[in-house]
Amino acid sequence: MEKLEHPLWIVDAANRIFGPAVNALLGLIGMRAADPANPIPNYLVIAYLVVAGLIALAFVLRSRLSVENPGKLQIVFEDIVGGLSGMLSDIVGPKGPAYISLVGTIGAFILACNLIGMVPGFMSPTSSINVTLGCALTVWVYYHYHGMKEQGIGPYLKHFAAPPGAPLFIAPIMLPVEIISHFSRVLSLSLRLFGNVFGEELVILILFSIVPFFAPLPIMFLGMITMPLQAFIFVMLTMIYLGGAVAAEHGHEEAHGHGAAADAHGAVA
Amino acid sequence: MKTRFALLFTFVVLVLGFASPALAQETATTSAAVSVELVRWSIITAGFALAIAAAFGALSQARGLSAAVEGIARNPAAANDIRGNLILGLVLIESLVIYVLLVSLILFFVKPFSG
Repeated sequence: MEKLEHPLWIVDAANRIFGPAVNALLGLIGMRAADPANPIPNYLVIAYLVVAGLIALAFVLRSRLSVENPGKLQIVFEDIVGGLSGMLSDIVGPKGPAYISLVGTIGAFILACNLIGMVPGFMSPTSSINVTLGCALTVWVYYHYHGMKEQGIGPYLKHFAAPPGAPLFIAPIMLPVEIISHFSRVLSLSLRLFGNVFGEELVILILFSIVPFFAPLPIMFLGMITMPLQAFIFVMLTMIYLGGAVAAEHGHEEAHGHGAAADAHGAVA
Repeated sequence: MKTRFALLFTFVVLVLGFASPALAQETATTSAAVSVELVRWSIITAGFALAIAAAFGALSQARGLSAAVEGIARNPAAANDIRGNLILGLVLIESLVIYVLLVSLILFFVKPFSG
């Protein structure tokens, strides 16, 4: 699929500046870039660009924070953070807002990555499977880590074998099913985001190659709607997995308390 | 009557199942022509697979959507809960279509059968 990608000036510039250093570093650990002239691929350059932009935005925002006289940007971001922590406490439970750091960061990163593809001269880093797989693996490790931290390693692993309230003899059936379902979460999280963003870009590219003017515009408008939706979906699934891992232990007596989280846990394969 | 039909069906399937490797062996002598043929058929298959996946994905999403809208119209107070579950369900349906899209894209562009 390389022939579909056009060279981006910013990637060329990054390769001209950092290329030799990256080649030297790869040589130190005994590896070689596939294309020594351009060792840094497109998606990596733009992903780092997005990260740098988000960090700069965060610093600008932090320097302007004030209680008496909040600016417009501060109010917008306060709403976003409030909405996220509200969703977290709905889905994960009363301890939910503690996890806002990773959930919000991943949401902001994916949103910015999806939307930067609409700007001419850039591409979406999330249209590469490597970026989305990285995000999905981060979420996977994170929710398992917090599940073990909340419940202890033994009870958390026992939850895989037999859900609370179920007899222990169903463990031989439950264990493979649970393990496969947890591994398929990585696959579905990463492939869903990758497929959506890549399909979107491909449709725009194909329409652009047929009619270069105005024909891709409706699809790009559709992209403006679906790209934030995909980021939102990734964040929501992250919250549901977190809720399933953290709150699984007292799902027996509190299942009716946060019914939405319990239902979602049951529904998500 | 029914069992006889089932037996006949099984027999036909078995015969065809044994017959197809034999047919493949006959044509495998010219492997280059076979792989060109296979690429053609895989691309046609990918298009049909995508069409079927999109059709049934759209059908199921429409069912879910209409049920959710009816639910909201009857009980507007529950709109927020219904909307969350609706988005989740739509996403889970959509991801299946996306899997087919990815398989089709692989068949279109990577051409794994080109040998």
